[in-house]
Amino acid sequence: MKSQTPSPIISVKDLNVHYGKFHAIKDVSMDIRRNTVTALIGPSGCGKSTFIRCLNRMNDLMITAIVTGEVNYNDRNIYSSDIDATEIRSRIGMVFQKPNPFPKSIFQNVAFGLKVNGFSGDLDEAVERSLVQAALWEEVKDRLGDSALTLSGGQQQRLCIARALAVEPDVILMDEPASALDPIATVAIEDLVRELKKEYTIVIVTHNMQQAARISDETAFFMVGDDYCGYLVEQDETQKIFTNPSNERTEAYITGRFS
Amino acid sequence: MSIDRMKFSPKRQMRSFSGPALYMVCLISVLIGILGLAVLVIEVLSTGLPWLSWHFITDYPSRHPEEAGLYSALMGTVWLMGMTSVLTVPVGVGAAIYLEEYAPRNFLTRFIEINVANLAGVPSIVYGLLGMGLFVYWMHLGRSILAGSMTLALLVLPIVILASREAIRAVPSAYREGAYAMGADKWQVIKGVVLPSAIPGILTGTVLAMSRAIGEAAPVIAISALVYLTFIPSSPLDRFTVLPIQIYNWVSRPQEDFRGLAAAGIIVLLAILITMNSVAVILRNKYQIRSEE
Amino acid sequence: MSQLVNRNQKKRIKLEGQVIRIIFFLCAIISIFTTVAILFTLIFQALSFFNEISVWEFLTGTRWTPILKPRAYGVLPLVSGTLLVTVIAAAVALPVGLFAAIFLSEYAPDKIRRILKPILEILAGIPTVVYGYFALTFVTPQLQVIFPDLLVFNALSAGLVMGLMIIPMVSSLSEDAMLSVPRSLREAAYALGATRFEVSLKIVVPAALSGIISAFILAISRAIGETMLVTIAAGATPRLTLNPLESVQTMTAYIVQLSLGEAAVGSLEYNTIFAVGLVLFAMTLIMNLLGFWVVRRFREAY
Repeated sequence: MKSQTPSPIISVKDLNVHYGKFHAIKDVSMDIRRNTVTALIGPSGCGKSTFIRCLNRMNDLMITAIVTGEVNYNDRNIYSSDIDATEIRSRIGMVFQKPNPFPKSIFQNVAFGLKVNGFSGDLDEAVERSLVQAALWEEVKDRLGDSALTLSGGQQQRLCIARALAVEPDVILMDEPASALDPIATVAIEDLVRELKKEYTIVIVTHNMQQAARISDETAFFMVGDDYCGYLVEQDETQKIFTNPSNERTEAYITGRFS
Repeated sequence: MSIDRMKFSPKRQMRSFSGPALYMVCLISVLIGILGLAVLVIEVLSTGLPWLSWHFITDYPSRHPEEAGLYSALMGTVWLMGMTSVLTVPVGVGAAIYLEEYAPRNFLTRFIEINVANLAGVPSIVYGLLGMGLFVYWMHLGRSILAGSMTLALLVLPIVILASREAIRAVPSAYREGAYAMGADKWQVIKGVVLPSAIPGILTGTVLAMSRAIGEAAPVIAISALVYLTFIPSSPLDRFTVLPIQIYNWVSRPQEDFRGLAAAGIIVLLAILITMNSVAVILRNKYQIRSEE
Repeated sequence: MSQLVNRNQKKRIKLEGQVIRIIFFLCAIISIFTTVAILFTLIFQALSFFNEISVWEFLTGTRWTPILKPRAYGVLPLVSGTLLVTVIAAAVALPVGLFAAIFLSEYAPDKIRRILKPILEILAGIPTVVYGYFALTFVTPQLQVIFPDLLVFNALSAGLVMGLMIIPMVSSLSEDAMLSVPRSLREAAYALGATRFEVSLKIVVPAALSGIISAFILAISRAIGETMLVTIAAGATPRLTLNPLESVQTMTAYIVQLSLGEAAVGSLEYNTIFAVGLVLFAMTLIMNLLGFWVVRRFREAY
């Protein structure tokens, strides 16, 4: 247990999400601490993706989504009416399950976020820095002008990470970033996550429990209730969740009694 | 980690302005189209309704606007549409069947498809020239409805082919496989399973093609070379005129009254078009309900 | 079972199948036949024309008076008339159509889109004589208030109304191109803090660019080939001019004029129809092929 706890970078209180009449997640409250990797695990359909998309207001893009409750980032509720969603998204970035580079050059992909956010420094230097941080620089430094679509799946995903890093967020949300990749690329992503947590806070959704055990400091377990609504069962240090969970449903999931 | 956010000047105020600004531009663009349509319709209705009457439909054109009617053009249109559909639908459906069910993936097939796509974009007056040279003169059909309908049949053929191909493609392969599994040969499968399922879509395509044909004046002018006709056709080899040409004739006259006649003629033409397209929509809906059973 | 289906019956079924196949094949071949027939008809008659008038004079002459004396056979006035009207139409339809497409694909909720799109499509279904009528009897008098020098037959009215007519073509094709840009690209951009404006103009439109450019090209081709609108509203005076307030004659309007006239078959005047028709066909063919090629060659992978 950490002795001194500065206020969590993200603190969620009583979060509920409805898609139209369908109640997707119910009364979720949890904290995310700085410079940690928090893994969200649980069976499919339990609302992990819905939850993570609330953290950077991506659910605003769904017309039918209704979000109630608080998501506090640096002690300010991002859902309050005076907050601009685009600002939140430049501070809380996201990497998606299937790599989605723009059909532009590698350089332009990384530079897009910088330009959109009015970056006034040296563009080339910033792009290089992001690609170095994403462990992709060596592989692409001689072909920044090539189309991003010529990269392999794993490289594309690292490019998407570099793209997110370029705008210097505090938090990076990752929605199953390695599930569409082969095992070797997956290892590369996991190594990268371990490196990145030194400077960033990472929240990662994964259906791969071994992955969660390998790379995360804290783990949150979600489940679907009998009402088909997703809820948070338990959140604790990863070590504890995987060796001695408090909740018996957590234990059932961990030991593979259902998935 | 030090967050040097001074490097970023996101100009949020300007960006939050550009959003609504773009929205306005886009909205205005849509409204331009809709408003243009509205103004057109209102103008036509206000000018033409006073001239619309039963005698308007049953009288022949005349030098005197009060006595003029579009009977000859209306009959000409009916004849022309009837003959055109008889010519174009079987050929178009046949071509579609070939392309969807029989054609191998080779250069010839591709060439046929390129041709169909190109022909859809050829100006209609060029079809008129083709009809003139080929049907009117070379085949000695004269400036007849027959020549006109053959020309129009070629003009709308790409539409029929495209629509029929889609209708055939939409037939689930499960139907075909079931029929083949019973030992039927290709033509039996098409005749018994594919075509019946595709007929609503083919009908819709036919209506679409005829909607296009009914409004075409240019190629018909090139064939019939007439704008003023005071008799109705009694055989396929007769001369003829059609509604759009009659409208053109009236529009071209300087007198004020003929503008009203033209507008009335437009109302009749648009009324026919709306009816045809409503039929197509009803057919399409009926088809969708059937396939969802 | 095999006794029930006798050999002759099976042979007949097979023969029937083969005959049917040939019939359908012939139906499909008609499209090739049509293209060949068009080319043949145009070129054959145009060659008679070029027997008497040199290709050079035809393509570079700046006066077109094939009927009145002194006769001149330079096609440029007709081409310029066509292009003048087309440019005006494009100036209206390309931006309006593109922004309408952006609205329909990026901003409009599904319900509104389902109402607005068919209404715009109605514009495409209206016969072009109606547009000609509209240009002549409504638009021209209104424009004469702004431009008192405006002649009754002029390129401006025709161009503006033609623009209205081809808006749905631009917007429909552009919208299709934009809708096929996958959602994941938009999400990636939003996740970086981009506004809807930036996502639309910096990600979606560039990603759909080949489809949009193809839409532009095909719409322009349509404008070039349009006949009745310009015949009614633009005039019958072949004139090499850039002034939209004057009356001009397009290639298509000339062909109509001659078709209604008394030119004897086989005469030089008669053959001018086909020479002009050939130029028209060539122009639209090139544009159509270009439009298709742009999409195939530059189709963006996602």
